[in-house]
Amino acid sequence: MSTKEKFALVIIFGLWFPILLFFVVGGSDISVLNPAGIIAEKQKNLILFAVLLSLIIIVPVYLLTFGIAWRYREGNKKAKYAPNWDHNKYLETVWWGVPLVLIIILSVVTFKTSHDLDPFKPIESSKKPLTIQVVALQWKWLFIYPEENIATVNYLQIPVDRPVKFEITSDAPMNSFWIPSLGSQIYAMSGMSTELNLMADRTGTYKGSSANISGRGFSSMNFDVDAVSENQYDSWLNMVNTEASNLDGEMYAKLAFPSDNNKPAYFGAVEAGLYQKVISKYTSHGSTH
Amino acid sequence: MNLFSNLLGRINMDAFPNDPVTIYGAIMMLGGGLTAVAAITYFKKWKWLWKEWLTSLDPKKIGVMYLVIGLLMLVRGIADALMIRVQQALASGNEGVLSNDLFQQVFSAHGTIMIFFVAMGVMFGLINLVLPLQLGARDVAFPFLNSVSFWLFAAGFALINLSLVFGEFSAAGWLAYPPLSGLEYSPGVGVDYWIWALQIAGVGSLLSGINFLVTILKMRAPGMTLTKMPMFAWSVMGSMILVIFAFPILTATLGMLSLDRLMGMHFFTSYFDGNPMMYINLIWAWGHPEVYILILPAFGIFSEVVATFSRKRLFGYMSMVWAIAAITFLSYVVWLHHFFTMGAGANVNAFFGIMTMIIAVPTGVKVFNWLFTMYRGRILFATPMLWFLGFVATFTVGGVAGVMMAVPAIDFQVHNSLFLVAHFHTMIIGGVLFGFFAGLTYWFPKIFGFKLNERLGTYAFFCWLFGFLMAFVPLYILGLMGATRRLSSYDDSLGWQGLFVVAGLGVLVILAGVGFQVLQVAYSIYKRKENMDKTGDLWNGRTLEWSVSSPAPHYNFASVPQVSERDQFWVDKNNKQTRPEKYKDFYMPKNTSLGIFIAGFSFIFGFGLIWHIWWLAAVALLGVIGSVIYRISQDETEYLISAKKLKAEAGE
Repeated sequence: MSTKEKFALVIIFGLWFPILLFFVVGGSDISVLNPAGIIAEKQKNLILFAVLLSLIIIVPVYLLTFGIAWRYREGNKKAKYAPNWDHNKYLETVWWGVPLVLIIILSVVTFKTSHDLDPFKPIESSKKPLTIQVVALQWKWLFIYPEENIATVNYLQIPVDRPVKFEITSDAPMNSFWIPSLGSQIYAMSGMSTELNLMADRTGTYKGSSANISGRGFSSMNFDVDAVSENQYDSWLNMVNTEASNLDGEMYAKLAFPSDNNKPAYFGAVEAGLYQKVISKYTSHGSTH
Repeated sequence: MNLFSNLLGRINMDAFPNDPVTIYGAIMMLGGGLTAVAAITYFKKWKWLWKEWLTSLDPKKIGVMYLVIGLLMLVRGIADALMIRVQQALASGNEGVLSNDLFQQVFSAHGTIMIFFVAMGVMFGLINLVLPLQLGARDVAFPFLNSVSFWLFAAGFALINLSLVFGEFSAAGWLAYPPLSGLEYSPGVGVDYWIWALQIAGVGSLLSGINFLVTILKMRAPGMTLTKMPMFAWSVMGSMILVIFAFPILTATLGMLSLDRLMGMHFFTSYFDGNPMMYINLIWAWGHPEVYILILPAFGIFSEVVATFSRKRLFGYMSMVWAIAAITFLSYVVWLHHFFTMGAGANVNAFFGIMTMIIAVPTGVKVFNWLFTMYRGRILFATPMLWFLGFVATFTVGGVAGVMMAVPAIDFQVHNSLFLVAHFHTMIIGGVLFGFFAGLTYWFPKIFGFKLNERLGTYAFFCWLFGFLMAFVPLYILGLMGATRRLSSYDDSLGWQGLFVVAGLGVLVILAGVGFQVLQVAYSIYKRKENMDKTGDLWNGRTLEWSVSSPAPHYNFASVPQVSERDQFWVDKNNKQTRPEKYKDFYMPKNTSLGIFIAGFSFIFGFGLIWHIWWLAAVALLGVIGSVIYRISQDETEYLISAKKLKAEAGE
């Protein structure tokens, strides 16, 4: 294959492949780039910023690579040949310096956003945050609404435009609690409580999952999140409150037993301090383990 | 733990494969092994194999053996990859073709095999084959240790493959995080196979790290100061420094996990004051340097390839050295970026994020230096050079993804997603694997004495490049669509299937590339008589390995090369300067089978611990110690190559 043929092959593939992908992706939702929460929105903007900054380096690298490769190919007798030219202070300064400047800019942004978007940071709002306690089980998510005295399995409903404070633990191997449309994920770990603050800013149904392998059934730890108006949320709360099932110790033990592909379930009452009890199982000495 | 209470430990008949996929895999593997044994027996080659290869301390022989195991494991790793892609392409709204448990063993095996046995194996293979020659040396600093390292690697290889026919493999991912990998959630033998295969092979790696570093520091030809040695040697030096300071962490961490599992201790459990987060910190304190251990020699290979095929000096030699030094140092201070989402807090996350981004600077410097090596060169686009271009095209994109994920706030949205998977495969395939393929095609004639067919090599490259893009660009998109890694199935309504199908087709294209590579080697062997490398300098090379015949004589250099500048061989050629041979007596190491014994006993030790056969493990441990003591007591481990003999041979 001649050099010309090799270059042509690359260009043809380079054109055809993105077109294929465009059709395959179609109208599907690219959640991270199509945020429904204020945290995810800020993260999307960060992604775009980082990509644009990187393009400053990437585009010249691509142009230089294919330009230099083409011009200085063996067959091109017109090109100058300088076999011993092997250093240049100015070029070195440019390619040590420019990336360093870009990285410094990105570093400042990194420091700032690590604080702004810290999962533990409460979201500023006039409304009081809704607290939801999350327990990762095998292989389902248990959601306790302590102030409302209800609980759900594999389903969340939250009011739009109101901060939600998730307190997260695990009674299973390590998991990761993630609703990409709304924002960050954070690990769910036994014997500890992590925290995630999110807020939906438009109504809709969003997908949640576990982003860390926790055993055989972890792929089925999916849950829907309905972000709804305050009124709808209140009526949903009332409806769940009338549910007969009570999440007490016995019911919890049944839930904790490994099972996958669990359908959403609802509990009208929750044993007080259940979340703390789950954590204490691991931290108290003389545990049943 | 009564030493003799269980003669057979926890071995039982369930250990044999009982599902069709594993049975098929086991049969294929055993079939391949038995065919090889049958062929060797038929052609009566056992004595030759033992004397010429297995007991040899010649790094050129050891290097080839590393490559054989590395490339065999590549086949197994790609088979695993194919199974993963098939499962994920089909499992849209259904369970797919593999059970969850099997699927999780498949991807755990895939990652473990690719990193520890393919990448490390090919890397140590190439270093063995090339480093002593490039330095003008006749061997590595510790030839016996070199053999031990290889055989320990082979013992790890044997354990992992044994898990396919007897027992099960880990289903906890390639790094086996606790609590999932602890006794409570993984009581079977799988995680234990994983621990001991890596623990044994890891000792081999650490010994190699010491061996190659000392070789570079103490065995360069006279006149070759550090700043006159080839860039590949510098890259190996950085990599081996990383090995020496990182592998002990792996040994300690695997050790603690095995204490948890064997003796019910609580290093990494969630209760009785254990802490799984400690494991994650330690394993990544090893794991991050590990990936730089792999990429640095690949960078070194590119420096050699680009300079040789551009017919031009490597641009910015000292700048490249500083870049390697910077990358080596920075590798140690970034490990937390693998778990920003574990909740360390903003300041800690920010520190590690910033350190991670800084690594992009020296890496970029290297790319620019390669480009300006090409500038005003006269470039031949032989296969090794194609691999370099493929690297630039892919690695830069993967690097951008990496810089993105270095921002903790962005990482919160892409951690553990297919975006991450696409990123690290871009770095490992586009960087490490393409680099190793460039090295293999570049140095093949030096190792085997004949040329590889260029046309088939070109076809192989294009299949790999396009296949790789088809397999992984969809994964970047899927990650942004919220797809987590390691899923065995997903909801049909998500619309992810199309991208998974494209990714699956990409793996098939890669397989075609592998097919071309196999065809290339087979055809080149068939046509070798017409393509002999008669001069030893097929590519018009610059460095010392090209100054000897292909293949090199077993002692590398009849007389020790004298060096006074970089690219001494190239300079001598252009000045039409020949150096007179000065023959002196020297010693070469004798063959020994003790490396095989040490590794064999280590294999049995691992097997004993995995299956809780305590007496067997104890006996095997004594065997290892006994073998080492025996070796120490041996006096005559070398033989003389006399100057008279060399002079006579040269005179013929």
